[in-house]
Amino acid sequence: MFRNQYDTDVTTWSPAGRLFQVEYAMEAVKQGSAAIGLRSKTHVVLGCVNKANSELSSHQKKIFKVDDHIGVAIAGLTADGRVLSRYMRNECINYSFTYESPLPVGRLVVQLADKAQVCTQRSWKRPYGVGLLVAGLDESGAHLYYNCPSGNYFEYQAFAIGSRSQAAKTYLERRFENFTDSSRDDLVKDAIMAIRETLQGETLKSSICTIAVVGVGEPFHALDQGTVQQIIDTFESAEEQEDPATEPDAATGQEAAAEQGTAADQGGSTDEGAAPMDI
Amino acid sequence: MTKQQANWSPYDNNGGSCVAIAGADYCVIAADTRMSTGYNILTRDYSKICKLADKCVMASSGFQADVRALQKQLAARHLIYQHQHNKQMSCPAMAQLLSNTLYYKRFFPYYSFNVLGGLDNEGKGCVFTYDAVGSYEKVGYSSQGSGSTLIMPFLDNQLKSPSPLLLPAQDAVTPLVEAEAIDLVKTVFASASERDIYTGDKLELVVVNAAGIRREYMELRKD
Repeated sequence: MFRNQYDTDVTTWSPAGRLFQVEYAMEAVKQGSAAIGLRSKTHVVLGCVNKANSELSSHQKKIFKVDDHIGVAIAGLTADGRVLSRYMRNECINYSFTYESPLPVGRLVVQLADKAQVCTQRSWKRPYGVGLLVAGLDESGAHLYYNCPSGNYFEYQAFAIGSRSQAAKTYLERRFENFTDSSRDDLVKDAIMAIRETLQGETLKSSICTIAVVGVGEPFHALDQGTVQQIIDTFESAEEQEDPATEPDAATGQEAAAEQGTAADQGGSTDEGAAPMDI
Repeated sequence: MTKQQANWSPYDNNGGSCVAIAGADYCVIAADTRMSTGYNILTRDYSKICKLADKCVMASSGFQADVRALQKQLAARHLIYQHQHNKQMSCPAMAQLLSNTLYYKRFFPYYSFNVLGGLDNEGKGCVFTYDAVGSYEKVGYSSQGSGSTLIMPFLDNQLKSPSPLLLPAQDAVTPLVEAEAIDLVKTVFASASERDIYTGDKLELVVVNAAGIRREYMELRKD
């Protein structure tokens, strides 16, 4: 994408029928740190990488609770994401005040998409520079949507956005067919594994990622660091064992993890080193 | 030519009584469950008590439609507070919010007579009492509703609270232990049910303490 004479205003079409400002906004999403989401029939899990500006600062909040049954993970301009989360929270509160029932996720994403579309058709506005993974539960089941700055939205079984998200997407593409019937814990493990893919060699610690879950009988909440670290430890220790026949200390997810042998260099086992991930 | 009078009123009084007593480390909030209109009973099983926050409970008598609207309004505002501050509202904070919400409708009031009870940030019991337009005061105990004229003098006799105007400032909480306060509330409602026609059926009693919130029921006269 190169600079051209049709990209100054969002209200200017290019001869090829493109709105460059909108496409540039989608680039902003690709620059943000990764966020992933995956769902089963009864649960949806969101995960994100916590990027801090420096060692001295705290990391930006990228996962927001919107209501007991809806949560959102963002990638891109986090300030835009914060503002949109506030909008979503307000919509949920107003809907349940009027109808005494939770706002269906599908309705919320349409409202969000329409709000984004407005910014693509006003000369005095700019598109939101943030992609949102909306995870929610309603009467029709568990849902994961992706809302992009263009005003489009899609429903997904699993998705990843942000920088190095292709690695996570490849991981998810390989396994998504199993997600519908996954248990909650396996889903969380898969989410952590997908996050690990985006780290490309960096050690996975609970301090650099956040995982949040929403499900049947489980209101949206972020898992605490201790729990996440425990899960990380279980599949890391499984990888250190060269011999997959030794007793697995937790669910079957681990054996799959040991077989994956992904790019991260944990422990001493060099035999597990598999082919590097595609970028 | 006489001034035209309204041929209907937007308000109704559904009767009932509410009481709250603050202790050193607990708070008791109670209300009867009878809902009436005129000389009739609408239901014997309607709760006038609403949990607004983790350690904050409100009991309201008056026009229950307005009470319900008020409860919903406060619940929505509390949710917004939680999103912004990442924590529950404290009882004194909720007390101020309730006052502001009531005064907001100063010229078409919520016909709701409220007592707010709970624990403050230090875990001490607190009770706030209101009029319909939001004038409020932190007290050691209070009663509102149709039976309040019968109940309040009895509570004054048993619990006499120091005036909040006195200096040096004295603690408003009652020296009674939780079990004694519960007993007192039950006695007070049993007495009020005898003479107030709008109070009776069942007593709903809520206790807020460090362990959380628990609910108790007691049968009252049905006549």
